Amino acid sequence: MATSSSDNSTPKGEPWVWFTSLGLIIGLTMVAGLLGLVLINGFSVFWAPEVPTVKLKDGTQIVGQFVQRRVRSNSPASDPHYERQYQIGLRELNSTSYVWVDELNIADEKFVPETLGLERMENGPAFIIPKTIVDSTGKQHPFIVPNATVDSAGKFHPIYTTAFSLIRAEVDQATYIRERVLDINQNKIGVVNAEMEEARIALRRAEDRQEPTVELTDKIKTLDAKFSELKKEAEEISKLTALGHIEGIDAKGRSVTIPFAGIVRAWEPNHMTTMDRISLMFSRMREFLLDAPREANTEGGLMPAIFGTLVMTVFMSLLVTPVGVIAAIYLKEYAKDGAVLRVVRICVNNLAGVPSIVFGVFGLGFFVYVLGGTIDQLFFSDQLKYNNNTPVFGTGGLLWCSLTLALMTLPVVIVATEEALSAVPRGMREASLAAGASKWQTIRDILLPASAPGILTGVILAMARGAGEVAPLMIVGVVKLAPTLPIDGLAPFLHLDRKFMHLGFHIYDLGFQSPDSDAARPMVFATTLLLIILVVCLNLGAITIRNRLRARFKGAAF
Amino acid sequence: MSNARFQARPATDQTGRPDFISIKNFGFWYGEKKALKSMTLDIPERQVVAFIGPSGCGKSTLLRNLNRMNDLVDGIRHEGDIAIKGQSIYDPGLEVISLRRRVGMVFQKSNPFPKSIYENVVFALRVMGVKNRAVLDEACETSLRKAALWDEVKDRLNDNALGLSGGQMQRLCIARAIANRPEILLMDEPCSALDPIATGKIEELIHELKAQFTIVIVTHSMQQAARVSDRTAFFYLGELIEYDTTEKIFMNPGQAQTEAYISGRFG
Repeated sequence: MATSSSDNSTPKGEPWVWFTSLGLIIGLTMVAGLLGLVLINGFSVFWAPEVPTVKLKDGTQIVGQFVQRRVRSNSPASDPHYERQYQIGLRELNSTSYVWVDELNIADEKFVPETLGLERMENGPAFIIPKTIVDSTGKQHPFIVPNATVDSAGKFHPIYTTAFSLIRAEVDQATYIRERVLDINQNKIGVVNAEMEEARIALRRAEDRQEPTVELTDKIKTLDAKFSELKKEAEEISKLTALGHIEGIDAKGRSVTIPFAGIVRAWEPNHMTTMDRISLMFSRMREFLLDAPREANTEGGLMPAIFGTLVMTVFMSLLVTPVGVIAAIYLKEYAKDGAVLRVVRICVNNLAGVPSIVFGVFGLGFFVYVLGGTIDQLFFSDQLKYNNNTPVFGTGGLLWCSLTLALMTLPVVIVATEEALSAVPRGMREASLAAGASKWQTIRDILLPASAPGILTGVILAMARGAGEVAPLMIVGVVKLAPTLPIDGLAPFLHLDRKFMHLGFHIYDLGFQSPDSDAARPMVFATTLLLIILVVCLNLGAITIRNRLRARFKGAAF
Repeated sequence: MSNARFQARPATDQTGRPDFISIKNFGFWYGEKKALKSMTLDIPERQVVAFIGPSGCGKSTLLRNLNRMNDLVDGIRHEGDIAIKGQSIYDPGLEVISLRRRVGMVFQKSNPFPKSIYENVVFALRVMGVKNRAVLDEACETSLRKAALWDEVKDRLNDNALGLSGGQMQRLCIARAIANRPEILLMDEPCSALDPIATGKIEELIHELKAQFTIVIVTHSMQQAARVSDRTAFFYLGELIEYDTTEKIFMNPGQAQTEAYISGRFG
């Protein structure tokens, strides 16, 4: 002890550096753990592993994709044994699409090369052994498994490639036709429906005012004809694949018939090369990013939610930035220092700590009911009167969501802007005033450009908070499934009154509201990952702008 | 005591108005603190007047009152009057902006805007609403030439002003202050952050600018005051102790305090 106390050359504070870094280490570990968990779990949505056929000791079989393995709850701690979860799909035949199997009950596990995996429009995935493939012309292609599945060189018999290519080609054709039908249903019929809606309201108004209605009834008739014509066209097209289907048997030997029209994707999990698996993964990722959801949001893509989140966040930033900056300029530059100003400042700062759901309730009570209701009465009174009191702005929507979040993030922008304005060197302010600039010119030409990086920091924080918010949005306009996007080809292109989908709400919905929570779980993680990536991208964009601005002020004294 | 090292310059021809800036019984308070005791002095047209004195003596306060920069401070109060060409700067009919357009100012610490050199120089014209490119170009070149900076920056007028050296930045600030041709140029210790070579350049510049501007300079360097000014005012504790030609102040001061200060016995 004596030596250490006399050794004055050792800096006394040094050990505490490690202590302080401990906080950072804990934080970083948690972030890395979170990202890792989300990555690994989310990845399973895209990757297609081999699918075993599992024979149980009681003689039954299952065919399914391995999901996870865990210790059985009743097994002794000294000698734990495990159970496995398989996704067997085929919800129309099986009561659940996921089963747990005790490992002690497994007699045999093998990978049958003819196993076929199918993603379907309805009833979840299916794993079957195909027996007969019927193409779109009605021609039957029996799938006879050869005696020697693998030749002496270890290569699969070519019959597999032939059969699987045929299935793929049929699925591709069916997909193409489905997309054409969808295009007719959504876009063309959508336009007709919108026009019809308008015409009906106009008709009711005309009847009410006892004005001539001939023109309108004619128009409705024309639209009706157009509608049936399009419907018929869609039916005609869908008939093109009506004949094609796969006949097969499931693990229990029950025969299954699956029409190609209902198949989204087919893959052969036990007959694929790694390259095939990777390309399947990219195909699934593409769908995830660009397509609409299916099956109560547990399958398909997230495009509407990504788009909704993006539009809402950008719109929120556009609303909050000018309001926040103007408010901060007033507080910092014009308001007279005193008790009132101090109280206002405390209120603004406290606003940042208000739970977000409170803003949601305020948004519903004020924006939706009061503002929206007033707008409806002033500008859409016809719509209300002749369309069964259907509100336009008097219900949740994109505008109200953006406004609510803008209000929620306002203090962040105000505080950041005030700080940025304070950080502008006094000399610069004085130089401008001494040159004969007015106060407003000084603010506009000198203070605002110089504090732009600081203001943008505030906007970045606001965006990060806004993009990840869910609670207030649920009551002011975000929905589980929105049939239309907030921006589309119909005038006025940006539909501020529309309800929309949001990634954050999507995660909540998948995790807690979905009928099949096992099926939804990987999707929850994949969606979470996407939300993180989206927020990071938005922030990176804003940070790039900020750094570019900062580079302009390099060398200035702040 | 040897005053030869000061090499006081004789007062130049005094064709201008002798009471161009007229300070009458002017007193000034920051809140309760009286910063300037009632003082009276006239600053003649197209001459250089130096304010000297120890820190806190009120010389900068008086300077910053000449273009009412002190208005930015809360709780200020004044008595007496300051008039430029006979018009009071506190005249309610006179806007402070138009006063500042007539009175340019250079600060102790160079404070160029984070803009291009060109935009820095023409800033005063821009805020006056001048949009004509030819006028702006002409003003930019003239001011930079007058500030002896033109040859150094003429090829990079669009570069950021913050890339200049300290001395260049201060000359840029001078160019900025004279771009809209004010009548008076206030300089608040313009060389305190500069090396001797840059200081020499600025002093030369002051000498040349005198032909067109009435210059009031606050300085801590008595050598500088002696070198550049025609008249010198010595302040002490908020009081104007002595105001006379520079030659007289340095060679034959009338007050004991002045002599003590310029000979370096205090301050």
